[in-house]
Amino acid sequence: MNAPAATVQAQGPSALGGDFRRALSLTWMLAVTDFKLRYFGSVLGYLWTLMRPLMLFGVLYFVFTKVFAIGEEVKYYPVYLLTSIVLFTYFSETTGGGVQSLMTRENLLRKMHFPRIAIPISVALSALFNLGLNLLAVLVFAIASGVEPRMSWFQFPLLVLALTVLAIGFAMLLSVLYVRFRDIQPIWDVVLQITFYASPVLYVIKMLPPELQREMMAANPLAVILTQMRHAVLDPSAPSAAEMIGHDARLLIPFGLVVMVFCAGLWLFTREAPRIAENL
Amino acid sequence: MTGRGFARSRGRADTATGRPRPLVPFANLPATAQQPAVDHPREASTPLHAVSVEDVSKSFRLPHEQYSTLKQRVLHPRRSRTFSELRALEDVSFEVAQGEFFGIVGRNGSGKSTLLKCLAGIYGVDDGRIDVQGRLSPFIELGVGFHPELSARDNVVINAIMLGLTRKQALERFDEIIAFAELEEFVDLKLKNYSSGMSVRLGFAVAIQVDADILLVDEVLAVGDASFQQKCFDQFDRLKDEGRTIVFVTHDMDSVRRFCDRAMLLERGQMLNIGEPDAIAAKYAEINFGVVGEDGSSGGPGLPRTRVARAWCENGSDRAPDTADTFTVGRGEACAACMEVEFIDAVEDPVFLITFRNDVRHTIYVARSDLDATTGSFAAGQRATVRFRFPNWLAHSTYTLTPAVMTSDGRITLDQRVDAVTLHVDTNRITGGVADLPTEVEVERS
Repeated sequence: MNAPAATVQAQGPSALGGDFRRALSLTWMLAVTDFKLRYFGSVLGYLWTLMRPLMLFGVLYFVFTKVFAIGEEVKYYPVYLLTSIVLFTYFSETTGGGVQSLMTRENLLRKMHFPRIAIPISVALSALFNLGLNLLAVLVFAIASGVEPRMSWFQFPLLVLALTVLAIGFAMLLSVLYVRFRDIQPIWDVVLQITFYASPVLYVIKMLPPELQREMMAANPLAVILTQMRHAVLDPSAPSAAEMIGHDARLLIPFGLVVMVFCAGLWLFTREAPRIAENL
Repeated sequence: MTGRGFARSRGRADTATGRPRPLVPFANLPATAQQPAVDHPREASTPLHAVSVEDVSKSFRLPHEQYSTLKQRVLHPRRSRTFSELRALEDVSFEVAQGEFFGIVGRNGSGKSTLLKCLAGIYGVDDGRIDVQGRLSPFIELGVGFHPELSARDNVVINAIMLGLTRKQALERFDEIIAFAELEEFVDLKLKNYSSGMSVRLGFAVAIQVDADILLVDEVLAVGDASFQQKCFDQFDRLKDEGRTIVFVTHDMDSVRRFCDRAMLLERGQMLNIGEPDAIAAKYAEINFGVVGEDGSSGGPGLPRTRVARAWCENGSDRAPDTADTFTVGRGEACAACMEVEFIDAVEDPVFLITFRNDVRHTIYVARSDLDATTGSFAAGQRATVRFRFPNWLAHSTYTLTPAVMTSDGRITLDQRVDAVTLHVDTNRITGGVADLPTEVEVERS
């Protein structure tokens, strides 16, 4: 804090550099403010963060157990459905919120010097607060449905971490692209919709035609995360991600995808960071 | 440009301020209540400049048509490539000494704010070097990140964290901030219900808590009522006393004269001038009124050319030498404010006026020629001497006189010499007012 730093600034603001502690408290503050404001002025307030996934769950649960009756063959299908909806909501909130994040913070970006990365990270953090609240509801629901706590639940935070890394990667990528191309917004809305059905949220991976199972597991990290979640948290007899993809080593493919998205996002974000303020 | 040579003379910036300053300006840093826990280790060995800018250029690309959707870009791949370049800054060089109050002035679009953003590191520069010694305040405007839906309490904390304070520090200083902004009764009111003056006061109150060596400030004094402005001025004085360096962008020449040790004038991205605030302010007035006085003859386009050649004061008995620009008069003395005007083109009914301003830049009196009579016509090449005779009932103080010639409707300034004359009124009677009128006192007991 106290070092009289000599700084030469010719590059413009960086994505990451500067006072780390300040960046951290800034990120935290942005996320908390965003979270506070989200349901500000609504009567039910924070309850809405719960209501949205719960209502979606209610509708889907009715359709898929009463109308199509596919829930029968899956143990704890309602819990699986709710958990996967909550996780997918987290992913779509982070990435979807990330798209316009730089735009909505224009005022800050143009008037203040700070590491730009604080903005997409704060979006993810704010979504993470929501996820935390939603998971409390999921926990109550799971226990009430008879799911038994076990050691493998400790895998769950790791799965959330992987999901977070993937989502932040997309958020960085999309936020910077949106500054240049306003089409990113509708495009990403469509992509998210497709991803919702192309991921085992409503169904489990086993229900797919066998030849599709491996391909989806390899191409869609969300499928891996949700499948492993089912195995580790809900039902140990359900196939793990490694089993579904065929071989432990093949897990490197989705893992590599996550790392790749994150690195691409970080690279582009770092590259564009100094010019974000003037391009907005 | 004028400033180039100066910028190269590193470490001697102090001599250029024209005001005596200690070599180690922070030796006796007063401990203030505002900054209890923070101390700034300032080493005598650090270079004397706080900010050094060398040959900085910055341009923006302005696309001729804004293509921001993919479809447009795909359909017109070539067209989107055309853009014009706006040179916002061109080869700007200057140095700001540590502890200096430095003003950047210029008209709208002259590049002042761009320069400030480059200094703050918000924009990168295309060319040149910016060297900053010491911690820089991170933002350049008041109330960055204020959210209308949140209460003053939340906004103060948010704003303070953006400034680099911790949440704890922000909460500790909260009462002080609110007290300074005089908003004790409105702490829990949402910011959207604040008047604009109130939120600016709040922004200023937080901003002065900043714990930085170098403050960058963009147009802050434009708002607030007179009493709050005075408070802001006091805070600037305090920061100055603490040895902070302040770089200050403004249109307001009065605050430049009042606070700045030095100032620079930007015009179309180029540095026109750097130096004494008075000289810069005068220059600024000239470029603003379209009168370039350098060769002494040019008027604005389409306007008759006139020139205020000289201005002086006379008081009955002794006439000061022609070259003097400082005069002293006593109380009640008959005196005259005079100007000599040269008409290069013919002018019909020009208005002559001399504006008297006091040391805090309030206009005290305007002597003008158009109130009772017209002045008639002046032929090209004619010269005229104008005298405004008056008994001096001004209060004891120092005044500056700005002679000017305007068109007959009094709307357009043909030429003026800002603060051409300094007038000391020496009465040794302090009345507390700006005038010291001949007064008879009568006390009647009943």
